[in-house]
Amino acid sequence: MDNQSCVKIINEWDIVSARQLGRNVAKELGFGTVDQARITTAISELARNIFLYAGQGQICIEKLYENGKTGLRLLSIDSGPGIKDLRQVMEDGYSTSGGLGAGLPGVKRLMDDFQIDSSPGEGTDIRAIKWLR
Amino acid sequence: MDFRQKLESKYREILTNYLADRSEQALYQGQKLSRNAIERNIPPEEIVSIHRNIMAEMFPEKFNDKMQESFDILLEVMVAYGFAYREHQNLKHIQQELRTEMEIAANVQKTLLGTEVPCKKGMDIGAISVPAKHMNGDYFNFVEDENNSVSIAIADVIGKGLPAALCMSMIKYAMDSLPENRKTPTLVLENLNRVVEQNVDLTMFITMFYGTYHIDDHIFSYASAGHEPGLFYHAETQTFSELPAKGLLLGIEKNTKYRKYEKEVMPGDMIILMSDGVTESRTKEGFIEREELLALIEKNIHLKAQNIVQNVYKELEKLQDFQLRDDFTLIILRRNVLS
Repeated sequence: MDNQSCVKIINEWDIVSARQLGRNVAKELGFGTVDQARITTAISELARNIFLYAGQGQICIEKLYENGKTGLRLLSIDSGPGIKDLRQVMEDGYSTSGGLGAGLPGVKRLMDDFQIDSSPGEGTDIRAIKWLR
Repeated sequence: MDFRQKLESKYREILTNYLADRSEQALYQGQKLSRNAIERNIPPEEIVSIHRNIMAEMFPEKFNDKMQESFDILLEVMVAYGFAYREHQNLKHIQQELRTEMEIAANVQKTLLGTEVPCKKGMDIGAISVPAKHMNGDYFNFVEDENNSVSIAIADVIGKGLPAALCMSMIKYAMDSLPENRKTPTLVLENLNRVVEQNVDLTMFITMFYGTYHIDDHIFSYASAGHEPGLFYHAETQTFSELPAKGLLLGIEKNTKYRKYEKEVMPGDMIILMSDGVTESRTKEGFIEREELLALIEKNIHLKAQNIVQNVYKELEKLQDFQLRDDFTLIILRRNVLS
Protein backbone atom coordinates (compact mmCIF):
# COMPACT_ATOMS: atom_id res chain seq x y z
CA MET A 1 0.00 0.00 0.00
CA ASP A 2 1.50 3.35 -0.89
CA ASN A 3 -0.44 5.23 1.80
CA GLN A 4 1.26 3.21 4.52
CA SER A 5 4.87 3.56 5.66
CA CYS A 6 6.62 1.68 8.42
CA VAL A 7 9.68 2.00 10.63
CA LYS A 8 11.29 -1.01 12.31
CA ILE A 9 11.96 -0.44 16.00
CA ILE A 10 15.14 -2.12 17.14
CA ASN A 11 17.01 0.52 19.08
CA GLU A 12 16.21 3.82 20.72
CA TRP A 13 17.12 5.90 17.63
CA ASP A 14 14.36 4.18 15.70
CA ILE A 15 11.89 5.90 18.02
CA VAL A 16 13.06 9.22 16.53
CA SER A 17 12.61 7.91 12.97
CA ALA A 18 9.09 6.75 13.80
CA ARG A 19 8.26 10.15 15.25
CA GLN A 20 9.69 11.87 12.19
CA LEU A 21 7.60 9.71 9.90
CA GLY A 22 4.46 10.38 11.95
CA ARG A 23 5.10 14.10 12.02
CA ASN A 24 5.68 14.32 8.27
CA VAL A 25 2.44 12.49 7.51
CA ALA A 26 0.50 14.50 10.11
CA LYS A 27 1.81 17.76 8.62
CA GLU A 28 1.00 16.63 5.13
CA LEU A 29 -2.56 15.78 6.12
CA GLY A 30 -2.98 19.23 7.64
CA PHE A 31 -2.89 18.53 11.39
CA GLY A 32 -2.12 21.57 13.54
CA THR A 33 0.97 21.78 15.71
CA VAL A 34 -0.80 20.67 18.91
CA ASP A 35 -2.22 17.56 17.28
CA GLN A 36 1.15 16.89 15.63
CA ALA A 37 2.74 16.94 19.07
CA ARG A 38 0.02 14.61 20.42
CA ILE A 39 0.45 12.15 17.57
CA THR A 40 4.23 12.08 17.97
CA THR A 41 3.89 11.62 21.72
CA ALA A 42 1.61 8.64 21.10
CA ILE A 43 4.14 7.25 18.64
CA SER A 44 6.94 7.72 21.18
CA GLU A 45 5.04 5.81 23.84
CA LEU A 46 4.18 2.89 21.55
CA ALA A 47 7.67 2.73 20.03
CA ARG A 48 9.22 2.88 23.48
CA ASN A 49 7.08 -0.05 24.58
CA ILE A 50 8.35 -2.06 21.62
CA PHE A 51 11.94 -1.08 22.34
CA LEU A 52 11.72 -1.79 26.09
CA TYR A 53 9.45 -4.81 26.31
CA ALA A 54 8.99 -6.50 22.94
CA GLY A 55 12.58 -6.26 21.71
CA GLN A 56 11.54 -5.59 18.15
CA GLY A 57 8.54 -4.69 16.08
CA GLN A 58 7.37 -1.89 13.88
CA ILE A 59 5.43 1.34 13.82
CA CYS A 60 3.35 2.04 10.72
CA ILE A 61 1.60 5.23 9.73
CA GLU A 62 -1.36 5.19 7.38
CA LYS A 63 -3.38 7.95 5.77
CA LEU A 64 -7.09 7.37 6.14
CA TYR A 65 -9.91 8.73 4.01
CA GLU A 66 -13.32 7.58 5.18
CA ASN A 67 -16.77 9.08 4.59
CA GLY A 68 -15.28 12.42 3.70
CA LYS A 69 -13.10 12.44 6.80
CA THR A 70 -9.32 12.50 6.80
CA GLY A 71 -7.32 10.78 9.47
CA LEU A 72 -4.04 9.24 10.48
CA ARG A 73 -3.84 5.64 11.62
CA LEU A 74 -1.03 4.55 13.84
CA LEU A 75 -0.13 0.87 14.03
CA SER A 76 2.21 -0.72 16.49
CA ILE A 77 2.98 -4.36 15.79
CA ASP A 78 5.40 -6.55 17.64
CA SER A 79 6.08 -10.23 18.16
CA GLY A 80 7.21 -9.84 21.75
CA PRO A 81 5.97 -11.68 24.85
CA GLY A 82 2.50 -10.18 24.56
CA ILE A 83 0.28 -8.91 27.34
CA LYS A 84 -1.51 -11.34 29.62
CA ASP A 85 -4.01 -9.03 31.22
CA LEU A 86 -5.20 -6.34 28.80
CA ARG A 87 -7.68 -4.95 31.27
CA GLN A 88 -4.87 -4.30 33.69
CA VAL A 89 -2.58 -2.48 31.23
CA MET A 90 -5.50 -0.30 30.16
CA GLU A 91 -5.91 0.79 33.76
CA ASP A 92 -4.48 4.14 34.81
CA GLY A 93 -1.69 3.96 37.34
CA TYR A 94 -0.67 0.47 36.30
CA SER A 95 2.24 1.66 34.18
CA THR A 96 3.78 3.44 37.16
CA SER A 97 4.03 0.14 39.01
CA GLY A 98 6.36 -1.09 36.30
CA GLY A 99 6.01 -3.83 33.73
CA LEU A 100 4.37 -4.05 30.33
CA GLY A 101 2.32 -1.52 28.47
CA ALA A 102 3.56 1.75 29.87
CA GLY A 103 1.21 4.62 29.22
CA LEU A 104 -1.38 2.86 27.04
CA PRO A 105 -4.39 4.59 28.64
CA GLY A 106 -2.61 7.89 27.98
CA VAL A 107 -2.08 6.99 24.31
CA LYS A 108 -5.77 6.15 24.08
CA ARG A 109 -6.65 9.59 25.40
CA LEU A 110 -4.34 11.34 22.93
CA MET A 111 -6.00 9.63 19.96
CA ASP A 112 -9.63 9.42 18.85
CA ASP A 113 -9.87 5.68 18.44
CA PHE A 114 -7.82 2.92 20.03
CA GLN A 115 -7.78 -0.85 19.65
CA ILE A 116 -5.47 -3.41 21.14
CA ASP A 117 -5.03 -7.13 20.57
CA SER A 118 -2.48 -9.30 22.26
CA SER A 119 -1.78 -12.95 22.88
CA PRO A 120 0.86 -14.13 25.32
CA GLY A 121 3.80 -15.52 23.36
CA GLU A 122 2.65 -14.08 20.06
CA GLY A 123 2.87 -10.36 20.40
CA THR A 124 0.81 -7.23 20.51
CA ASP A 125 -1.06 -5.29 17.86
CA ILE A 126 -2.25 -1.75 18.54
CA ARG A 127 -4.24 0.45 16.14
CA ALA A 128 -5.06 4.05 16.93
CA ILE A 129 -6.64 6.78 14.81
CA LYS A 130 -6.58 10.56 14.99
CA TRP A 131 -9.13 12.37 12.82
CA LEU A 132 -8.50 15.75 11.27
CA ARG A 133 -10.99 18.33 12.55
CA MET B 1 -18.52 30.52 19.79
CA ASP B 2 -17.35 27.30 21.34
CA PHE B 3 -15.37 27.21 24.55
CA ARG B 4 -12.02 27.04 22.80
CA GLN B 5 -12.74 30.17 20.77
CA LYS B 6 -13.96 31.96 23.86
CA LEU B 7 -10.83 30.90 25.70
CA GLU B 8 -8.67 32.20 22.89
CA SER B 9 -10.38 35.59 22.74
CA LYS B 10 -10.26 35.93 26.52
CA TYR B 11 -6.57 35.01 26.48
CA ARG B 12 -5.93 37.60 23.78
CA GLU B 13 -7.69 40.25 25.83
CA ILE B 14 -5.72 39.43 28.98
CA LEU B 15 -2.42 39.30 27.11
CA THR B 16 -3.12 42.63 25.38
CA ASN B 17 -4.02 44.26 28.70
CA TYR B 18 -0.94 42.94 30.38
CA LEU B 19 1.45 44.01 27.62
CA ALA B 20 -0.11 47.49 27.78
CA ASP B 21 0.14 48.13 31.53
CA ARG B 22 1.76 45.09 33.15
CA SER B 23 -0.86 45.23 35.87
CA GLU B 24 -1.49 42.77 38.65
CA GLN B 25 -5.12 42.93 37.58
CA ALA B 26 -4.30 41.28 34.23
CA LEU B 27 -2.24 38.60 35.95
CA TYR B 28 -5.14 37.87 38.27
CA GLN B 29 -7.41 37.56 35.21
CA GLY B 30 -4.90 35.04 33.87
CA GLN B 31 -5.18 33.00 37.02
CA LYS B 32 -8.97 33.05 36.79
CA LEU B 33 -8.79 31.91 33.18
CA SER B 34 -6.65 28.95 34.12
CA ARG B 35 -9.17 27.85 36.74
CA ASN B 36 -11.86 27.96 34.08
CA ALA B 37 -9.72 26.04 31.60
CA ILE B 38 -8.88 23.37 34.17
CA GLU B 39 -12.58 22.88 34.91
CA ARG B 40 -13.15 22.30 31.20
CA ASN B 41 -10.25 19.82 31.01
CA ILE B 42 -8.19 21.99 28.67
CA PRO B 43 -4.70 20.43 28.62
CA PRO B 44 -1.61 22.65 29.04
CA GLU B 45 -0.39 22.22 25.45
CA GLU B 46 -3.59 23.88 24.26
CA ILE B 47 -2.75 27.03 26.22
CA VAL B 48 0.82 27.11 24.90
CA SER B 49 -0.53 26.85 21.38
CA ILE B 50 -2.99 29.69 21.95
CA HIS B 51 -0.19 31.83 23.32
CA ARG B 52 2.01 31.21 20.33
CA ASN B 53 -0.75 31.91 17.80
CA ILE B 54 -1.75 35.18 19.43
CA MET B 55 1.86 36.36 19.68
CA ALA B 56 2.44 35.57 16.02
CA GLU B 57 -0.70 37.50 15.11
CA MET B 58 0.05 40.53 17.31
CA PHE B 59 3.74 40.85 16.45
CA PRO B 60 4.25 39.40 12.98
CA GLU B 61 7.74 40.99 12.73
CA LYS B 62 9.14 40.78 16.22
CA PHE B 63 7.84 37.26 16.86
CA ASN B 64 10.11 35.84 14.19
CA ASP B 65 10.61 32.27 12.96
CA LYS B 66 13.19 31.44 15.61
CA MET B 67 10.89 32.61 18.37
CA GLN B 68 8.03 30.62 16.90
CA GLU B 69 10.10 27.49 16.47
CA SER B 70 11.25 27.67 20.06
CA PHE B 71 7.64 26.99 20.96
CA ASP B 72 7.83 23.58 19.31
CA ILE B 73 10.01 22.43 22.19
CA LEU B 74 7.73 23.98 24.80
CA LEU B 75 4.72 22.40 23.13
CA GLU B 76 6.36 18.98 23.10
CA VAL B 77 7.26 19.25 26.76
CA MET B 78 3.74 20.41 27.63
CA VAL B 79 2.15 17.50 25.77
CA ALA B 80 3.97 15.21 28.20
CA TYR B 81 2.68 17.24 31.13
CA GLY B 82 -0.80 17.07 29.62
CA PHE B 83 -0.38 13.31 29.33
CA ALA B 84 0.38 13.06 33.04
CA TYR B 85 -2.33 15.60 33.87
CA ARG B 86 -5.05 13.56 32.15
CA GLU B 87 -3.91 10.43 33.94
CA HIS B 88 -4.04 12.32 37.22
CA GLN B 89 -7.57 13.55 36.51
CA ASN B 90 -8.70 10.03 35.79
CA LEU B 91 -7.00 8.62 38.89
CA LYS B 92 -8.75 11.25 40.99
CA HIS B 93 -12.03 10.06 39.59
CA ILE B 94 -11.16 6.43 40.36
CA GLN B 95 -10.16 7.40 43.89
CA GLN B 96 -13.54 9.02 44.41
CA GLU B 97 -15.26 5.84 43.27
CA LEU B 98 -13.14 3.73 45.63
CA ARG B 99 -13.94 6.03 48.51
CA THR B 100 -17.66 5.69 47.85
CA GLU B 101 -17.31 1.93 47.65
CA MET B 102 -15.43 1.84 50.95
CA GLU B 103 -18.10 3.94 52.63
CA ILE B 104 -20.77 1.52 51.48
CA ALA B 105 -18.66 -1.43 52.65
CA ALA B 106 -18.16 0.24 56.03
CA ASN B 107 -21.93 0.59 56.40
CA VAL B 108 -22.47 -3.04 55.47
CA GLN B 109 -19.88 -3.98 58.07
CA LYS B 110 -21.57 -1.87 60.72
CA THR B 111 -24.84 -3.68 60.13
CA LEU B 112 -23.14 -7.05 59.97
CA LEU B 113 -21.11 -6.63 63.15
CA GLY B 114 -23.65 -4.54 65.00
CA THR B 115 -24.29 -5.41 68.64
CA GLU B 116 -26.45 -3.82 71.31
CA VAL B 117 -24.94 -2.88 74.63
CA PRO B 118 -27.19 -4.76 77.06
CA CYS B 119 -29.12 -3.06 79.86
CA LYS B 120 -28.98 -5.37 82.85
CA LYS B 121 -30.27 -4.53 86.27
CA GLY B 122 -27.35 -4.04 88.62
CA MET B 123 -24.85 -3.47 85.82
CA ASP B 124 -23.56 -0.48 83.95
CA ILE B 125 -21.93 -1.17 80.58
CA GLY B 126 -20.23 1.18 78.12
CA ALA B 127 -18.54 0.44 74.80
CA ILE B 128 -16.89 2.37 71.98
CA SER B 129 -15.17 1.13 68.83
CA VAL B 130 -13.72 3.48 66.23
CA PRO B 131 -11.87 2.36 63.08
CA ALA B 132 -8.59 4.07 62.10
CA LYS B 133 -9.59 3.93 58.43
CA HIS B 134 -13.01 3.21 56.98
CA MET B 135 -13.27 -0.40 58.01
CA ASN B 136 -12.90 -1.72 61.52
CA GLY B 137 -10.49 -4.55 62.32
CA ASP B 138 -11.65 -4.56 65.94
CA TYR B 139 -14.80 -6.33 66.95
CA PHE B 140 -16.89 -6.62 70.05
CA ASN B 141 -20.11 -8.42 70.74
CA PHE B 142 -22.47 -8.82 73.67
CA VAL B 143 -24.64 -11.86 74.26
CA GLU B 144 -27.26 -12.12 77.01
CA ASP B 145 -28.47 -15.56 77.90
CA GLU B 146 -31.21 -17.13 79.95
CA ASN B 147 -28.88 -18.01 82.87
CA ASN B 148 -28.83 -14.34 83.78
CA SER B 149 -25.40 -13.71 82.39
CA VAL B 150 -23.84 -11.34 79.91
CA SER B 151 -21.08 -12.53 77.64
CA ILE B 152 -18.68 -10.25 75.94
CA ALA B 153 -16.29 -10.89 73.11
CA ILE B 154 -13.59 -8.50 72.02
CA ALA B 155 -11.24 -9.31 69.17
CA ASP B 156 -8.54 -7.57 67.18
CA VAL B 157 -7.07 -8.63 63.86
CA ILE B 158 -3.39 -7.79 63.59
CA GLY B 159 -3.53 -5.26 60.79
CA LYS B 160 -6.24 -2.85 59.80
CA GLY B 161 -8.42 -1.80 56.94
CA LEU B 162 -10.20 -4.05 54.48
CA PRO B 163 -8.31 -7.35 55.04
CA ALA B 164 -8.84 -7.11 58.80
CA ALA B 165 -12.51 -6.27 58.31
CA LEU B 166 -13.11 -9.27 56.05
CA CYS B 167 -11.53 -11.47 58.67
CA MET B 168 -13.74 -10.04 61.39
CA SER B 169 -16.91 -10.87 59.48
CA MET B 170 -15.82 -14.48 59.55
CA ILE B 171 -15.25 -14.44 63.31
CA LYS B 172 -18.69 -12.95 63.87
CA TYR B 173 -20.31 -15.59 61.70
CA ALA B 174 -18.40 -18.43 63.39
CA MET B 175 -19.39 -17.15 66.82
CA ASP B 176 -23.06 -16.85 65.88
CA SER B 177 -22.96 -20.45 64.68
CA LEU B 178 -21.74 -21.86 67.98
CA PRO B 179 -24.42 -23.84 69.84
CA GLU B 180 -25.68 -22.34 73.09
CA ASN B 181 -24.11 -25.00 75.34
CA ARG B 182 -20.67 -24.32 73.89
CA LYS B 183 -20.48 -20.72 74.93
CA THR B 184 -18.18 -20.94 77.91
CA PRO B 185 -15.12 -18.74 77.39
CA THR B 186 -12.60 -21.54 76.87
CA LEU B 187 -14.82 -23.48 74.46
CA VAL B 188 -15.59 -20.37 72.41
CA LEU B 189 -11.89 -19.61 71.98
CA GLU B 190 -11.03 -23.23 71.18
CA ASN B 191 -13.75 -23.38 68.52
CA LEU B 192 -12.84 -20.08 66.94
CA ASN B 193 -9.17 -21.02 67.00
CA ARG B 194 -9.97 -24.01 64.78
CA VAL B 195 -12.05 -21.86 62.41
CA VAL B 196 -9.31 -19.28 62.08
CA GLU B 197 -6.58 -21.88 61.72
CA GLN B 198 -8.45 -23.49 58.80
CA ASN B 199 -9.64 -20.38 57.01
CA VAL B 200 -7.16 -17.60 57.40
CA ASP B 201 -3.74 -17.36 55.82
CA LEU B 202 -0.64 -17.58 57.94
CA THR B 203 0.17 -13.90 57.92
CA MET B 204 -3.03 -12.93 59.68
CA PHE B 205 -3.40 -13.25 63.43
CA ILE B 206 -6.34 -12.56 65.66
CA THR B 207 -6.31 -11.86 69.36
CA MET B 208 -9.47 -12.35 71.33
CA PHE B 209 -10.85 -12.04 74.82
CA TYR B 210 -14.07 -13.75 75.84
CA GLY B 211 -15.72 -13.33 79.22
CA THR B 212 -19.03 -14.17 80.87
CA TYR B 213 -20.44 -12.15 83.73
CA HIS B 214 -22.74 -14.18 85.99
CA ILE B 215 -25.07 -11.64 87.48
CA ASP B 216 -26.41 -13.90 90.22
CA ASP B 217 -23.10 -14.56 91.95
CA HIS B 218 -21.05 -11.73 90.42
CA ILE B 219 -18.34 -13.95 89.09
CA PHE B 220 -16.61 -12.92 85.88
CA SER B 221 -15.11 -15.93 84.11
CA TYR B 222 -12.92 -15.36 81.09
CA ALA B 223 -10.22 -16.62 78.77
CA SER B 224 -7.84 -14.83 76.44
CA ALA B 225 -6.17 -15.68 73.15
CA GLY B 226 -3.20 -13.38 73.33
CA HIS B 227 -5.41 -10.33 73.68
CA GLU B 228 -4.39 -6.99 75.16
CA PRO B 229 -4.69 -7.54 78.95
CA GLY B 230 -7.83 -6.21 80.59
CA LEU B 231 -7.84 -4.07 83.71
CA PHE B 232 -9.72 -4.39 86.94
CA TYR B 233 -10.73 -1.52 89.17
CA HIS B 234 -11.16 -2.29 92.87
CA ALA B 235 -13.70 0.18 94.19
CA GLU B 236 -12.87 -0.47 97.82
CA THR B 237 -9.17 0.36 97.55
CA GLN B 238 -9.59 2.64 94.51
CA THR B 239 -6.77 0.84 92.73
CA PHE B 240 -6.28 -0.77 89.35
CA SER B 241 -4.77 -4.15 88.60
CA GLU B 242 -4.30 -6.23 85.48
CA LEU B 243 -6.68 -9.09 84.72
CA PRO B 244 -4.20 -11.96 84.46
CA ALA B 245 -4.69 -14.12 81.36
CA LYS B 246 -2.46 -16.22 79.17
CA GLY B 247 -3.21 -17.93 75.88
CA LEU B 248 -1.96 -18.31 72.33
CA LEU B 249 -3.32 -16.10 69.54
CA LEU B 250 -6.08 -17.56 67.36
CA GLY B 251 -5.01 -19.38 64.22
CA ILE B 252 -1.50 -20.45 65.20
CA GLU B 253 -1.90 -23.98 66.51
CA LYS B 254 -4.89 -26.16 65.71
CA ASN B 255 -5.30 -27.85 69.09
CA THR B 256 -4.62 -24.97 71.42
CA LYS B 257 -6.31 -25.27 74.83
CA TYR B 258 -7.27 -22.14 76.70
CA ARG B 259 -7.24 -21.65 80.43
CA LYS B 260 -10.26 -20.40 82.33
CA TYR B 261 -9.87 -17.56 84.84
CA GLU B 262 -12.37 -16.26 87.39
CA LYS B 263 -12.67 -13.00 89.23
CA GLU B 264 -15.15 -12.00 91.87
CA VAL B 265 -16.67 -8.59 91.30
CA MET B 266 -17.66 -6.42 94.27
CA PRO B 267 -20.03 -3.44 94.17
CA GLY B 268 -18.47 -0.52 92.28
CA ASP B 269 -15.74 -2.71 90.73
CA MET B 270 -15.06 -2.32 87.03
CA ILE B 271 -13.80 -4.60 84.28
CA ILE B 272 -12.02 -2.66 81.55
CA LEU B 273 -11.37 -4.33 78.20
CA MET B 274 -9.63 -2.83 75.20
CA SER B 275 -7.84 -3.39 71.92
CA ASP B 276 -4.19 -2.47 71.47
CA GLY B 277 -5.34 0.67 69.64
CA VAL B 278 -5.94 2.09 73.13
CA THR B 279 -2.60 1.27 74.72
CA GLU B 280 -0.71 2.03 71.54
CA SER B 281 -2.17 5.49 71.22
CA ARG B 282 0.85 7.47 70.19
CA THR B 283 1.75 11.04 70.91
CA LYS B 284 4.86 12.92 69.82
CA GLU B 285 6.63 11.52 72.87
CA GLY B 286 5.82 7.89 72.02
CA PHE B 287 3.18 5.48 73.29
CA ILE B 288 0.99 6.76 76.07
CA GLU B 289 1.97 5.41 79.45
CA ARG B 290 -0.37 3.07 81.26
CA GLU B 291 -0.51 5.64 84.09
CA GLU B 292 -1.89 8.21 81.66
CA LEU B 293 -4.66 5.86 80.59
CA LEU B 294 -5.51 5.02 84.21
CA ALA B 295 -5.51 8.70 85.10
CA LEU B 296 -7.96 9.38 82.26
CA ILE B 297 -10.30 6.66 83.51
CA GLU B 298 -9.99 7.86 87.10
CA LYS B 299 -10.79 11.41 86.07
CA ASN B 300 -14.13 10.21 84.66
CA ILE B 301 -14.85 7.46 87.15
CA HIS B 302 -17.88 9.20 88.68
CA LEU B 303 -19.67 9.06 85.29
CA LYS B 304 -21.73 6.33 83.63
CA ALA B 305 -19.65 3.64 81.89
CA GLN B 306 -20.68 4.87 78.43
CA ASN B 307 -19.55 8.40 79.26
CA ILE B 308 -16.24 7.15 80.63
CA VAL B 309 -15.33 5.29 77.44
CA GLN B 310 -16.44 8.21 75.28
CA ASN B 311 -14.47 10.76 77.29
CA VAL B 312 -11.34 8.60 77.32
CA TYR B 313 -11.62 8.21 73.54
CA LYS B 314 -12.06 11.95 73.05
CA GLU B 315 -8.99 12.76 75.13
CA LEU B 316 -6.81 10.17 73.42
CA GLU B 317 -8.03 11.32 70.02
CA LYS B 318 -7.00 14.84 70.88
CA LEU B 319 -3.61 13.72 72.23
CA GLN B 320 -2.97 12.07 68.85
CA ASP B 321 -3.93 15.13 66.82
CA PHE B 322 -7.07 13.34 65.61
CA GLN B 323 -5.12 10.73 63.68
CA LEU B 324 -5.79 7.20 64.89
CA ARG B 325 -3.00 4.80 63.99
CA ASP B 326 -4.97 1.71 64.89
CA ASP B 327 -8.58 0.73 65.43
CA PHE B 328 -9.72 1.73 68.90
CA THR B 329 -12.06 -0.28 71.13
CA LEU B 330 -12.73 0.29 74.82
CA ILE B 331 -15.34 -1.46 76.95
CA ILE B 332 -16.23 -1.01 80.61
CA LEU B 333 -18.47 -3.26 82.72
CA ARG B 334 -19.28 -2.02 86.21
CA ARG B 335 -21.19 -3.70 89.00
CA ASN B 336 -23.48 -1.05 90.39
CA VAL B 337 -23.02 -0.09 94.01
CA LEU B 338 -26.71 -0.51 94.81
CA SER B 339 -27.53 -3.97 93.57
